[in-house]
Amino acid sequence: MGIITIVKKVWSFYYIGFKSMRLGKTLWGIIAIKFLLFFIIMKMLFFPNILKENFQNDQQRAIYILNNLTVGE
Amino acid sequence: MEDTLLTDWSRAQFALTAMYHWLFVPLTLGLSFIIAIMETIYVKTGNPEWKKITKFWMTLFAINFAIGLATGIIMEFEFGTNWSNYSWIVGDIFGAPLAIEGIMAFFMESTFFAVMFFGWDKVSKKMHLLSTWLVAIGSNLSALWILVANGWMQHPVGMVFNPDTARFEMESFWDVLFNPTAYSKFLHTIGSGYVMGSLFVVGISAWYLLKNRDVVRAKKSIVVGATFGLVTSFFLILSGDESAYSVAQHQPTKLAAMEGLYHGHARAGIVAVGQLNSEKEIGDEKEEFVWSIEIPQALSFLGFQDFNAFVPGINDLVYGNETQGIESAQSKIDKGKIAISALKSYKEAKRLNDTQKAEKALKTFRHYEPYFGYGYLQDPKEIIPPVAMSFYSFHLMVGLGSWFLVLFFLVLYFAMLGKLDDKKMLLHAALWSIPLGYIAGEAGWVVAEVGRQPWAIQGMLPVGMASSQISTTAVQTTFWLFAIIFTVLLIAEVRIMTKQIKLGMEEH
Repeated sequence: MGIITIVKKVWSFYYIGFKSMRLGKTLWGIIAIKFLLFFIIMKMLFFPNILKENFQNDQQRAIYILNNLTVGE
Repeated sequence: MEDTLLTDWSRAQFALTAMYHWLFVPLTLGLSFIIAIMETIYVKTGNPEWKKITKFWMTLFAINFAIGLATGIIMEFEFGTNWSNYSWIVGDIFGAPLAIEGIMAFFMESTFFAVMFFGWDKVSKKMHLLSTWLVAIGSNLSALWILVANGWMQHPVGMVFNPDTARFEMESFWDVLFNPTAYSKFLHTIGSGYVMGSLFVVGISAWYLLKNRDVVRAKKSIVVGATFGLVTSFFLILSGDESAYSVAQHQPTKLAAMEGLYHGHARAGIVAVGQLNSEKEIGDEKEEFVWSIEIPQALSFLGFQDFNAFVPGINDLVYGNETQGIESAQSKIDKGKIAISALKSYKEAKRLNDTQKAEKALKTFRHYEPYFGYGYLQDPKEIIPPVAMSFYSFHLMVGLGSWFLVLFFLVLYFAMLGKLDDKKMLLHAALWSIPLGYIAGEAGWVVAEVGRQPWAIQGMLPVGMASSQISTTAVQTTFWLFAIIFTVLLIAEVRIMTKQIKLGMEEH
């Protein structure tokens, strides 16, 4: 079996599977809304990666953490 | 410096997201295996009834999976924002297990999951069955990697702290993977998932019997669910025993809190049921319990596999016990402060390129490194987790687990006798045991996570030092946002599932 035939079969498997879904469409809708909420809205607006955003390289990050760990001593 | 309010809100947010996530996971872990067993019976017998039964439970599995999908990713967001110190410090250890979990979940879900749902008449029966089993095994292996990471936090092994990068670096992947705390936690956790899946199948099937609908399919489901539940309940007891042994060895304060044990002694008993004395304080002479019923010597055996063993209490762990060779918390705090001071000296010496001073500071740091985390504590009493919450959660979990064992036995017994239809009370009890299963699972997590306070990493990093310096208001805002989102998701799950269950087993 050629590679194109395999790709076509796999595509058709998923295409028919998704098309014939009933409850699945509702569930995929919920998954899509969740991904939008989590990855686009929550992650971008509320959950910055503090160390990645505030420092340019790992050396700076290490110094910052070391300072946190030894502050007050 | 530590901001207690910020740390508490960060902890509350993590607890909220983890506990909501854990509402979806155990059913996935347990139901996936029950479905695989049902489909195996279908393939073996060729009886189309079993195909209908399998497809019905598969639909409920899909609903739970879809609603629960990605709820765990929130915790990774929180690591980067609320727990940036922690995520940097453990990044090297957690990177490998979490990456393996992510890759495994992706490939499993995009291939075998699709075959399981789309492939009924498109692949052979055996190929379909194989996919169903691989979904079950894959889901459980995903849990393995998460619990390897969690187990490492409870009992850090196979690593060394690098004072130049401020990170724990992995020395031995195998030590991390085969950490006894990790695998005992893994087995106990997946065991609770199997019992949850069984409760779900037995409870929903009991509802069908009470409504006199789909009676034959419900009875067949009950036999599979109750058998699986009974077997896995014994597995849960054994893995719980292993888990308690691991706690006794590596987290003695957690064990003492779980049992409300203030005065350590040999031949210690387990409190089967009891009420803690709310006026009891560490170090005073007041009674530990208002009333209690104890199983003699059982705690010594559970914790140390020796009926005569000494089990340290909270007072021993805080103030030390020379006779038993237990070091006081104050002594550990003093040593921890030397380690932190040495780390600071090392950092300064490196900045000034003073190699000799750096080497000396590093030597001192390495000597006191096992006490590193204690240096951040101000009061020896801080080493004790919330006793009441640990005690009641532990006893609630054990009590409910015991009830589930009895329930599975009775349901299976009457099902075998063909008298289950008449046992209305038992059927009602089975139905109402579904929420009890969730309560038991959540209580288990409270024991594991509240019981290890004040540590983010046992003995190495208290939660106060693990959190980020961010705005408390931001954490409070996202806490409530998550509370709303997850509650909506939970309502959606219950409504969609209820609708599908009401449609009956034929319609799937």
